[in-house]
Amino acid sequence: MVEFALPKNSKITGGKTWPKPAGATELREFRVYRWNPDDGKNPSVDTYYVDTNDCGPMVLDGLIWIKNHIDPSLTFRRSCREGVCGSCAMNIDGQNTLACTRSMHDVKDGAVKINPLPHQPVVKDLVPDLTNFYAQYASVEPWLKTTSPTPQKEWRQSHEDREKLDGLYECILCACCSTSCPSYWWNSERYLGPAALLQANRWVSDSRDEATGERLDNLEDPFRLYRCHTIMNCAKACPKGLNPAEAIAELKLKMVERQI
Amino acid sequence: MSFDESHGSPQRPSMRTPLGRVRNLGAAHSGTSDFWRQRITGVAMTLLMIPVLVIIMMLLGRNQVGAAQILSSIPVAVILLLFIIASAWHMKIGMQVVIEDYVHNEKLKLTAIMLNNFFSVAVALASTYAILKLSSGV
Repeated sequence: MVEFALPKNSKITGGKTWPKPAGATELREFRVYRWNPDDGKNPSVDTYYVDTNDCGPMVLDGLIWIKNHIDPSLTFRRSCREGVCGSCAMNIDGQNTLACTRSMHDVKDGAVKINPLPHQPVVKDLVPDLTNFYAQYASVEPWLKTTSPTPQKEWRQSHEDREKLDGLYECILCACCSTSCPSYWWNSERYLGPAALLQANRWVSDSRDEATGERLDNLEDPFRLYRCHTIMNCAKACPKGLNPAEAIAELKLKMVERQI
Repeated sequence: MSFDESHGSPQRPSMRTPLGRVRNLGAAHSGTSDFWRQRITGVAMTLLMIPVLVIIMMLLGRNQVGAAQILSSIPVAVILLLFIIASAWHMKIGMQVVIEDYVHNEKLKLTAIMLNNFFSVAVALASTYAILKLSSGV
């Protein structure tokens, strides 16, 4: 059966409360998931106090402040700090989102609770192992596939056809959607998940691509595509405001369309 | 840590590449017909719901002779038969999805899917037989 409970070595135990910074006038409590693969201990949740007058307004600013001023061992991914790279995806106050675009003031009441993206193996602290997620993206072969001779200038596309890619091409592969999907939690080894399927629909919808049928063949599977039960967590989680559930519904429609 | 259960024990990390594991046995090239049938039977049940409820209310409190009299009407029998076929089919597909979602042991999954098929067919046939028997007045 599906494992509903956490494995023994993943159960959260205790955690350290770090001293409040001296001289700070306005503090915000951060409760951050910690796990170190080297010490053999179970994960814990550490409590930190961030001087909000000394750092930026975003959750990522708070994490960087903690790393710089309190605990340099705190591990997380970050890069662009403006919602473009998708590196700092994590679970903040129960919602998968990007730490760089979520203001800590939007987290109502009490502590800012931060966990790694759900149901993925953890490399360390807030860093999940996304190997399977990236392999699933690679499996949809996210590049233009053509057999016609390459034109001298470019593959042409009408404005109307280009518009069909809006809402699809903006995906930054942060994995917020896939890791918020219960169906993906239970069957991530076989279900491609919302992110990879949205990307698949991006290429299926591309008027310049000549492998549409082959792409649909590759997706027609009770697990790869049809594990989506329109739960819609993906659309709620997407920090870019995209709707992977709609993209998956479009794929299903195309599957039916080519049969009847 | 990812494991490949089909090659070696679950404790041993797989040596297959991540892409190899994702591609695994390839696409089944099926699923759309079940998806489409689930929608068709869902719409059919929605349309049949009110007539079926009316028939059930007509049957309330009647004895077998009274029920047989109502079911001897062809439209009544056809509506009930359509509802039985649609709902049994819908039930079979829906339950299979639940089994596939939550039962990960391959042997247990195959057994559960088989039993689900048997149960759905048995329920559909038993109900059909009962309706036909009552409506034909045998």
